[in-house]
Amino acid sequence: MARIEAEVGKPQGGFMKWIDDRFPFTETMKYHATEYYASKNFNIWYVFGVLAMVVLVIQLLTGIFLTMNYKPAAAEAFASVEYIMRDVEWGWLIRYMHSTGASFFFIVVYLHMFRAMLYGSYKKPRELIWLIGMLIFFVLIAEAFAGYLLPWGQMSYWGAQVIISLFGAIPGIGEALVEIIRGDYSISDITLNRFFALHVIALPLALIALVFVHIVALHEVGSNNPDGVDIKKHKSPDGVPLDGVAFHPYHTSKDLVAIIVFLIIFSGVVFFAPEMGGYFIEHANFEPANMTATPEHIAPVWYFTPFYAILRAVPDKLGGAILMAAAVLLPVFLPWLDRARVKSIRYRGWIYRSALGTFAVTFLVLGWLGTMPAEGIYVNAARIFTALYFAFFLLMPYYTTVDKTKPVPDRVVYHG
Amino acid sequence: MNDDADRLDRDRRHFLTIATAVTGLAGAGVAAIPFLSSLKPSARAQALGAPVEVPVGSMQPGEMVRVLWRGKLVFVLRRSEDMLDRLPDVVDQLRDPNSEVVEQQPQYAANGFRSVRPEFLVVEGSCTHLGCAPIQDFEVRPSENWEGGFFCPCHGSKFDLAGRVFKGVPAPTNLRVPPHRFVSDDLILIGQDTGAA
Repeated sequence: MARIEAEVGKPQGGFMKWIDDRFPFTETMKYHATEYYASKNFNIWYVFGVLAMVVLVIQLLTGIFLTMNYKPAAAEAFASVEYIMRDVEWGWLIRYMHSTGASFFFIVVYLHMFRAMLYGSYKKPRELIWLIGMLIFFVLIAEAFAGYLLPWGQMSYWGAQVIISLFGAIPGIGEALVEIIRGDYSISDITLNRFFALHVIALPLALIALVFVHIVALHEVGSNNPDGVDIKKHKSPDGVPLDGVAFHPYHTSKDLVAIIVFLIIFSGVVFFAPEMGGYFIEHANFEPANMTATPEHIAPVWYFTPFYAILRAVPDKLGGAILMAAAVLLPVFLPWLDRARVKSIRYRGWIYRSALGTFAVTFLVLGWLGTMPAEGIYVNAARIFTALYFAFFLLMPYYTTVDKTKPVPDRVVYHG
Repeated sequence: MNDDADRLDRDRRHFLTIATAVTGLAGAGVAAIPFLSSLKPSARAQALGAPVEVPVGSMQPGEMVRVLWRGKLVFVLRRSEDMLDRLPDVVDQLRDPNSEVVEQQPQYAANGFRSVRPEFLVVEGSCTHLGCAPIQDFEVRPSENWEGGFFCPCHGSKFDLAGRVFKGVPAPTNLRVPPHRFVSDDLILIGQDTGAA
């Protein structure tokens, strides 16, 4: 305030100064971009955070335009999606970008989370970034689930039926809770309407707010790196980390390359395989919802199938629901389950390396099993891999303690 | 005097902070009621959940019709003599053969046939596991030890011709019998079991 008064009548410093006296624009740009120093040895694993933001923007933009033609009513929803696909100019492109974007969101986010596991990015002092990230993941799950009901196809309807019924497994309040979620005695027009509200306003708002907080928390403690060393320990006389380079323009230009490669792959799918053989858009969803017949084979979209396989591995309703919820929630505790003193996989012993490798394979196999019918060998295999999934997390405090680690270098190093 | 005016009464402040917070929370709690209540089934949803009539006079033995009540699928099956005779055969393979889980059927259907009149089975076509619609499979296949019943395509739960759940499947309970009654010999009212039609 005092600064402004002192300079009244003295127009100097130009427009930016006028802004900066009233809003910390230059300061914010410096803090978050031009003077935010991130390690110079980032590898390909470090592009998925930015790519997740790119997909978020794609989903928001295409979503807004879809909303202009979509009708959130049971009698009209399916037809309005057909209308978008056939009669709205470029409607098919906007809709395929949105449906493909949903799958790519999960591909990118799963890789982003795996990066954190590779390099111990969830470990002190970044536990809170990881927790906020897990919250983002949960909101993303809800967002994807709510969005999947909107086309009102057979898989939309019966998929929602199965997942909402899961809440009915909670003893005591289950049935009442299910009625509140649906707003009706079955999944109906009312349910569709409220899922639409959640999908287009409530959850995206939460998502954007959480992404903002995720980045603020990251910039407070600084980015991790593939060596898991603290680059702030060695600074030049003017306070710049010796192993860091400014986020802008150095990391942004590198990210731009990643974004272009990503968009090439994304366009390839949008134009040539938007259904991805029934994995991105399931075949049963080309039939309108029919309350009297469940499709012969019902499976969620691929990004939920690892958890779905765990649900089906248990021949008990409540037990299956509990195990599935536990599988989704367990990664939250990684910062405390992992007792190793080193962060990066580069300096960890063979035990953690094999455990993480096994876990990655387990997750993929569970994902595949979740798309298969719930019979015979598939169910038995799902039980074995469910055990492996939980073993990775629950035995972690033990095997990360006994695992032999290598000495961590003082500064970042380059490999290859 | 000045000293007195500058001195903070911390106890008083603490009390006011707590009192304000509690009052504010109570207000927020009360304000949440209309929002939460609006999520419950509306008056229209309740009205649309009115009972439905199913004429059964022309149904043949072994024939099944599917109707929607409150948006829920309901099976009405007219069981043949043969079907009824086979019901006791599977009892030892069932989880709840005597319908002891009370909320799965009204009192008048808690019998060996799980029905008001033995030949007419009225059950909700919603698997008690995760709500998929079971598929009718009335063909008897002794080689598979299958006496006819319902099979859920989602997660493989099986039910017999009285909607009773088999052991070793994910569904925990028998198919639910909705409230219903016979208005006349050939008319069933689903969704209401007392009073005049």
